[in-house]
Amino acid sequence: MIAMPKPDESVIARREQIAEDLAEIIPPAHVIYDEDERRAYETDGLTAYRQLPLIVVLPETTEQVAEILKYCQREKIKVVPRGAGTSLSGGSLPVADGIVLGLGKFNKVLKVNYDDRYAVVQPGVTNLGVTKAVQEEGFYYAPDPSSQIACSIGGNIAENSGGVHCLKYGLTTNNLLGIEFVTMSGEVMRFGGTGLDSPGYDLMGIITGSEGLLGVVTEVTVRILRSPAEARAVLIGFPTSEQAGDCVGRIIAAGIIPGGMEMMDKPAIHATEAFVNAGYPMDVEALLIVELDGPQAEVDHLIERVDAIAQEAGATYSRVSQDEDERATFWAGRKAAFPAVGRISPDYMCMDGTIPRAQLPLVLRKMTEFSEKYGLGIANVFHAGDGNLHPLILFDANKPGDLDKAEAFGADILKLCVDVGGVLTGEHGVGVEKRDLMPHMFTEDDLKQQQRVKCAFDPDQLLNPGKMFPVLHRCAELGKMHVSGGKLPFPDIPRF
Amino acid sequence: MADILKPESESQLADAINWAQSESVPLAVKGQGTKDGLGRPTQTRYTLDMTGFSGIDLYEPEELVLTAKAGTPIAEIQQALADKNQELRFEPGDLGRLYGHAPGGGTLGGLVAANWAGPRRIKDGAARDHVLGIKGVTGRGEFIKSGGRVVKNVSGYDLPKLITGAHGTLMAMTEITVKVLPAPEKIRTVLLIGLSAEDGRKAMSRALGSPHEVSGAAHVPATAAAMLGVDPVTRQGAAVTAIRVEGPGPSVEHRCAELIRELGGELGGATEELHTENSKAFWKALADLEPLVQQQDKLVWKISVAPTRGPALVDTLGLGDSLHWLDWGGGLIWLGLDGSDSRADAIRSTVDAAGGHATLIRAPEPTRAATEVFHPLPDPLMGLSRRTKEGFDPNGLLNPGRMYPGF
Repeated sequence: MIAMPKPDESVIARREQIAEDLAEIIPPAHVIYDEDERRAYETDGLTAYRQLPLIVVLPETTEQVAEILKYCQREKIKVVPRGAGTSLSGGSLPVADGIVLGLGKFNKVLKVNYDDRYAVVQPGVTNLGVTKAVQEEGFYYAPDPSSQIACSIGGNIAENSGGVHCLKYGLTTNNLLGIEFVTMSGEVMRFGGTGLDSPGYDLMGIITGSEGLLGVVTEVTVRILRSPAEARAVLIGFPTSEQAGDCVGRIIAAGIIPGGMEMMDKPAIHATEAFVNAGYPMDVEALLIVELDGPQAEVDHLIERVDAIAQEAGATYSRVSQDEDERATFWAGRKAAFPAVGRISPDYMCMDGTIPRAQLPLVLRKMTEFSEKYGLGIANVFHAGDGNLHPLILFDANKPGDLDKAEAFGADILKLCVDVGGVLTGEHGVGVEKRDLMPHMFTEDDLKQQQRVKCAFDPDQLLNPGKMFPVLHRCAELGKMHVSGGKLPFPDIPRF
Repeated sequence: MADILKPESESQLADAINWAQSESVPLAVKGQGTKDGLGRPTQTRYTLDMTGFSGIDLYEPEELVLTAKAGTPIAEIQQALADKNQELRFEPGDLGRLYGHAPGGGTLGGLVAANWAGPRRIKDGAARDHVLGIKGVTGRGEFIKSGGRVVKNVSGYDLPKLITGAHGTLMAMTEITVKVLPAPEKIRTVLLIGLSAEDGRKAMSRALGSPHEVSGAAHVPATAAAMLGVDPVTRQGAAVTAIRVEGPGPSVEHRCAELIRELGGELGGATEELHTENSKAFWKALADLEPLVQQQDKLVWKISVAPTRGPALVDTLGLGDSLHWLDWGGGLIWLGLDGSDSRADAIRSTVDAAGGHATLIRAPEPTRAATEVFHPLPDPLMGLSRRTKEGFDPNGLLNPGRMYPGF
């Protein structure tokens, strides 16, 4: 288990007073103090970790958020922002000596403009809620994480969420136009707007994916797109994972960027088929779901080309969706992969590395070795188009030592991802879960530079502590320049 | 006389910056210098010439990724991509020509530092949406890496976003990894002839809100259109509203026909079609800002607003007769002004009211010294930006004052 920073007992001792103070900023009913009610906030999607928060507050307006943060800054109280609490990396795991700032009451769609193709929403609106607000006019919001029915758009910004369509349509960061944002000191700022780009540094770009460590987003303007005229999916089965990986490379080399391209290995295929009866072939080692979307003429044309490429790559199974229902069925299996695996194993841990796609056969082979070494099963789902792996490690938390083994197995996988040129996390975030692996990917100087960004926003490091950075440095120390005593000689480099 | 330091390795670069630190002398960070005219004028005795960092380190077309040293000529990168039928999807124009430099200049680092983008920005984003990883040396003299070489990466803060578009004020970049994409098989452009700016904007909004995956939408008044050097456009002698579709052959033909059917009838006026070669020439001329390249004496403003605000903004400013056109579906105004008066106050207050921002892209040095080049920031943002700069470059060594006073 990853250790969280030691709580400040003096803050915990002031719990009652703090609750009273907060109840002067927001209606007392929105300050959650009783243990029973706080219990609902003790964990997020990373359920192995639990911690009761000091207090939970549920503000309704930007001004309230600003006042709460100002108060906490003055009183040096830690704050953990929380959207829908679906983070898979412990991004909204509470701390014992800090409040949880829940944004669940920010749940309104404020404005939609179809001529300029944007929607203004509050951060607590769900990802799918944005699409629902615009779909009658034939529009949608492109990033679609598998948790889209529950996860909030504010959480999507915190994690820079992706989804199955991001090779073609980008991540959250590529679909944001503007945000309203409150810093820890209570300053309200706006970045971007309804037009493109913004002057100065791309601070919205750095806030996106900052895991709630830099500030609290209180309003969001997203780009909406017209829904594609047509979408069809093809299921393609292969006797080996290598062939499936090769097929993905060939499709892209042919200049085709599918709307979605997913891969599952045999254990994942079997688990999902037993769960949702999507009609997946059971006698293949790897299954691709390739979705082509766009104008109908294009989709028909590309489906044929993808099918031909698949045959060349050695596919032994191929089925094209004939209507919307069938396409939805193809996806139902993939989108239910996590709960499906949950049925065949008491517990599972979902990993999230990204690798250069060509490294897939090596990484799959190594994962099989790790699986034998730890004596734990594994099932793999994989965003094949962009190299984002989701290995699901199967374990039993009630079995002594199993969780530790699963964590060590997961760490081995993520280190491997980095070693082959990839990264620790593709879309779930570092959070608590991968915090201590950061030095495997970054040098001390790299990490210090990232923390200096944090210092520009939150110099007392009160926002979402214990996440992302394994070693905490004080901002005063990070800001110092280590200059040698005397002057340096002129550098020995070409000069003109 | 400026002294030029030309490091050829990361350690030499760090030495140079550490030396500058100990001497308290600021450095102008420079590639080929084709975009020297962009930004506030700065005074530095020493220049850090980054062209010693040159060459493509890795290009894997099937992985859609390219890594090159920051000083690599952009022309070299575009050629390597063209050889594999790929491209930088954000469609950067040849910006150096706007400042009177020869065609084909500029480096990858310069392009990323300016976060440039062309007409396809509305569909596929700017440089910032395609940069995956950046390495370099900060103003602290520390070599750091950020990001990686894969598209999906949320490991730590997205520093490449911050460094892209920072005009060299945060670090001297040594190596950049970008996402690359297949070039479209075919391109067609629908031209609607003789529409007013507002009708042109309506047509563009409809097209961009259609399922036809429009990748370019510009309204070019007659004066600017005549300067694009694309015969089927020039000979119209009228404003053209241009809408581009790209992709596989059958799809492009189908979408082009649909757009003509949907837009031609309703708004009236004649329609024309440009096929692949003419389309390429037309959109390249817009990406390169050809009318403004030809009129070197004009001051140039770039104004970004919500698309529906574009045409009215030009009217409100009373600049309808100045050389201008609308790109990005109406949300980007390119404006050329005669004389030496930048009219910054009028432009900025009108643009502020419309919720946009305006950049003085080209002007003589004295004008740029007297007027903020980049849109002024509200105080809280200014403070945050300064603190961000200090995190990377506490003593203000790198391109100080290039963007705003102090950074």
